[in-house]
Amino acid sequence: MSNNPKSFCTFETAWCPGCGNFNILDSVKTALEDLGKKPHEVIMVAGIGQAAKLPQYIGANAFCGLHGRALPVAVAAKIANDKLTVIVDTGDGDSYGEGGNHFLHNIRRNVNITHFVHDNQIYGLTKGQASPTSLKGMVTGVQVGGNFTEPLNPVLLAIAAGAGFVARAFSGRKEHLVSIMKQAIEYDGYALVDILQPCVSFNKLNTFAYYNQRVYELDETYNRNDKSAALLKAMEVDDKIPIGVLYQEEKETFHQKNPLLQSGEPLLDRTCDIDTINKIMKEFV
Amino acid sequence: MYNLLIGGAAGQGVETTVSILQKLLKKSGYYVFTVRDFMSRVRGGHNFTLVRFGIEPILSHSEKLDGIIAMNEETVDYHIDQLKESGFILCDAKYSTQDTRAIKVDLSTVGKELGNPRVLGSITVGAILKLFGENLNYVDEVLKEFIKDKFYEVNKEAVHKGYQLVESRFSHLQGEARDYMLLSGNEALALGAIASGIRFYCAYPMSPSTSILEYLAFKGTETGIVVEQAEDEIAAINMAIGASFAGAPAMTGTSGGGFSLMVEALGLSGMAEIPLVAVDVMRPGPATGLPTRTEQSDLKFVISASQGEFPRMVIALRNHEDAFYQTTRAVYLADKYQIPVIILSDQYLGDASSTVKPYNLDYMQKLELLKEPEQKDGNYLRYRLTEDGISPRYIPGKSQNIVTADSDEHDEYGHITESGEMRTLMMDKRMKKLDQLKLELQEPDYLGPDDFDTLIIGWGSTYGPIAEAIMLLNDSEDSKYAALIFGDIYPLPDQQLKEKAAKAKRIINVEQNATGQLAALIREYTGITCTKSILKYNGRQISGEEIVHRIRKEGSYEQ
Ligand SMILES: Cc1ncc(C[n+]2csc(CCOP(=O)(O)OP(=O)(O)O)c2C)c(N)n1
Ligand code: SF4
Ligand SMILES: [Mg+2]
Repeated sequence: MSNNPKSFCTFETAWCPGCGNFNILDSVKTALEDLGKKPHEVIMVAGIGQAAKLPQYIGANAFCGLHGRALPVAVAAKIANDKLTVIVDTGDGDSYGEGGNHFLHNIRRNVNITHFVHDNQIYGLTKGQASPTSLKGMVTGVQVGGNFTEPLNPVLLAIAAGAGFVARAFSGRKEHLVSIMKQAIEYDGYALVDILQPCVSFNKLNTFAYYNQRVYELDETYNRNDKSAALLKAMEVDDKIPIGVLYQEEKETFHQKNPLLQSGEPLLDRTCDIDTINKIMKEFV
Repeated sequence: MYNLLIGGAAGQGVETTVSILQKLLKKSGYYVFTVRDFMSRVRGGHNFTLVRFGIEPILSHSEKLDGIIAMNEETVDYHIDQLKESGFILCDAKYSTQDTRAIKVDLSTVGKELGNPRVLGSITVGAILKLFGENLNYVDEVLKEFIKDKFYEVNKEAVHKGYQLVESRFSHLQGEARDYMLLSGNEALALGAIASGIRFYCAYPMSPSTSILEYLAFKGTETGIVVEQAEDEIAAINMAIGASFAGAPAMTGTSGGGFSLMVEALGLSGMAEIPLVAVDVMRPGPATGLPTRTEQSDLKFVISASQGEFPRMVIALRNHEDAFYQTTRAVYLADKYQIPVIILSDQYLGDASSTVKPYNLDYMQKLELLKEPEQKDGNYLRYRLTEDGISPRYIPGKSQNIVTADSDEHDEYGHITESGEMRTLMMDKRMKKLDQLKLELQEPDYLGPDDFDTLIIGWGSTYGPIAEAIMLLNDSEDSKYAALIFGDIYPLPDQQLKEKAAKAKRIINVEQNATGQLAALIREYTGITCTKSILKYNGRQISGEEIVHRIRKEGSYEQ
């Protein structure tokens, strides 16, 4: 096991055979390599969950924090060092449930990070309870009479909340997924990719077959800059599910808006000199 | 030493009046100590501030008043019992008080003449200067500091008018604090944060910690410290940890309620060994408690906050010197040991202003970050098992080494593991860091004579009141008193404590909480039992006089 990889090597995983996560791992690796990123310039950030193990399985800087708390860590790491490519790669429960407040407010902050959500519409690691995106009627060990809570539509929410890059992808369409991932990483601002990911062990509703029947790729005729159209597209979640970049808009990033971050100089390289400190003390005299 | 109470309703400008007055007194050379007592509301209510000044250093507030400056009638009613026989009341001619000590002046008429009732405070300032035999030399520069340009002239006139309204009673005394700083505990802490080298401060507003956030934001451009208001305290602490991981020394601050939300991430800092400084400016709890008042009731909480076991340090701030130097030390120690360091302050210290000598930056322990680590080809282990438990911490992106952080139990590389053997090794590695940290703990401050029979024990902001009580007690009684006041409080430095406790006939803990948390901690770690507790938990800070009074009343017991 090398810890100084020249490319994004991957490690043995603890995922179930046939899980949709494998394609996502492969795609992240391919996207980063295609973009010519170097492992030491990338931080992969996750919370806790099955999806959240991904940073453990890829040879890059990695931060596996607390359940639901990947976004605050990632955003602050980017604030600390703009030179890093920061990618949150984690689950739907982590992103939209436990971390829901951070999701909402980091759309507003618009720090230049990328957010890949393995949306398996279930809590995998804790062995199959409803997640915020679980469909109505799903029976689980907790939702014993079937889930009767309205599922969250994360892409609709993100567009409505003002995100500048919102995409949906499917782990069963790897090439497409890689292409979307690359666009998201290259986008200047907060970019969300909600990735439909079958959980073969616990989600018996949203299987590979279920998605294969429904997903279709958005083509050139679709105008990703039209917000009203995007809102409508984002609401297609039943018989047909569009995948691709649903909405994109150029927006001022956090670093562009914050005068202290415009220079792009990593915070680590800055100092506050003694003269400044003495000058500030004089103001109290 | 004089002690004035200035009272009025919220929104009447008591705050600004006090800021101007205390600065003028300091410029004239006095030591000043100011304590604010305000209600959790923006308008109305009854707010007051105690301004104590004199030509000797002042450590705390006092309840016995030399003067009441009343900007509303309630101020007279509420506080007249505290006024000394020789004291005075400065109030408007229209007030109903028949007290012979009242100096009634036509404040509101003068205000009307000046065409602005909001200059009442400045008229009062003028009158106070005259009463104490001060001149008007510093009025211009101080007004410019606190009053907006367009109101400057009218306020200046108000001060001059006020000066004419009364006769001098006292004569000017020359103190030596003219070149001292006058600042609040929270400002001192924020200055410490600036000097320490932090690059990122992240918090969610919560009284009484908010002024740290505001001051650092205000100074952002000058200092380069990035300040971010988080969406909640969970984000605040996780952001501080993320920034620290990516190389920006970081701090977060809150009060007990916000700290309660932070506890899981406190453990993340311990587990992933990411330096973090978290400030808890305490207020009375539980739940929302008394938002603008003071208490020392979070000690046992912060010592044990978060599941599991991990090394941490807790430093309690005792005064405005500590607020600066200990904050710089906290940042230094958090980095050195890669642990969370918690700073405990409280509303009393946070909001109280004091004159202090400008801080000497040579006394600070300086942070040295490992900016350009050597390249470890194929063998950089973030969590290497080392002799002292401290592993080399590299910054992601600063070399080609891969840096990991994991909240799961992990191996030396930082990969999740469930090996029982590795778990034990990693727990031992982390806990071992405390062995070395214990060697650099600071013993509590010892006050009083070598020869004593009663030992008072306290921590944090009761330092001033206890110090004053020791002086009062030793001045007036045969029995001899000494005190130990803890700053470093966890791990508990116990050398002095054991020595002094062995000699003491009785030990009294004085704490601003209901359960005697320090006494319990001492009992747990040393077996030493306090003979008597003096506890206060009504949200108001105990004074030196009150400690003396309660020792005489409640402490008349023998072992
Ligand atoms: C504070 C906290 N609460 C609960 C858990 C237990 N927990 C771990 S992962 C998880 C849900 C994971 O779901 P998701 O994020 O969708 O990831 P998946 O396993 O489905 O990939 C839960 C509830 C935890 N680790 N921490
Ligand atoms: S539980 Fe589900 S999501 Fe987790 S690895 Fe197994 S199949 Fe994948
Ligand atoms: Mg899930």
